[in-house]
Amino acid sequence: MVYLAVGIAGMIGALVRYGLGLVVPAAHGFPFATLVINWTGSFSLSWLTVVFTRRPAWPPWLKTAVTTGFVGSYTTFSTLSVECVELLEHRQWGAAAVYIAASLFGGLFAAWAGCAAAHLKRKEEMA
Amino acid sequence: MTTPLLVALGGFFGAVARYAVSRWAARRSPRFPLGTLIVNLLGSFLLGWLAGSGAADATKLLVGTGFMGAFTTFSTLKWESVQMMQQRQWTKAIAYLAATYLLGGCLAWIGYHVGR
Repeated sequence: MVYLAVGIAGMIGALVRYGLGLVVPAAHGFPFATLVINWTGSFSLSWLTVVFTRRPAWPPWLKTAVTTGFVGSYTTFSTLSVECVELLEHRQWGAAAVYIAASLFGGLFAAWAGCAAAHLKRKEEMA
Repeated sequence: MTTPLLVALGGFFGAVARYAVSRWAARRSPRFPLGTLIVNLLGSFLLGWLAGSGAADATKLLVGTGFMGAFTTFSTLKWESVQMMQQRQWTKAIAYLAATYLLGGCLAWIGYHVGR
């Protein structure tokens, strides 16, 4: 049951990632699409995970499908690695460095911001 | 029409495979996110291989964008890293991020050249 839900959610996540990849242009060979996908996904996963811990009544399979299935599939690490290799193969050292730094630190910031946003909402509800 | 279908099919099995690996790894390594590390390193190598091999477009969509894209994950990596940092496990967080990025990049590069 959980596996099926994760699979279906993962299917949707992969489709949304593919769709965004078609819409967001790669300006000067810089992979903006993957960056946007990974930033928004990191924010969403943190936010959802914090929110879900406060909803013990919600079915666990649904929570796993949304977080592990959908968001996990939406974001990707293999594409990031291969895009870095391709930038390096084309000797675009600057672009590769910016891309790695933006993914590493930007992704951490997005994940942190997702947690912070969920906690902020909680404080407002309690106030 | 078949294009989104290939991505969807790959995405389904990629997500299921990642979930299976993470369940398996969680039992063996409760304190370190071994599952995420395994999928990201293995996926980087295999996608590198695929990118270097100049496979047909349909294969790239099914195996690359669909399966490997869904099998590997970025959001879980960041969530786990932020969790470690919030628990002040700095060494662990830095080791985890360094292992993922450095080994992932190297493995993608090796895969890329193996595929050529």
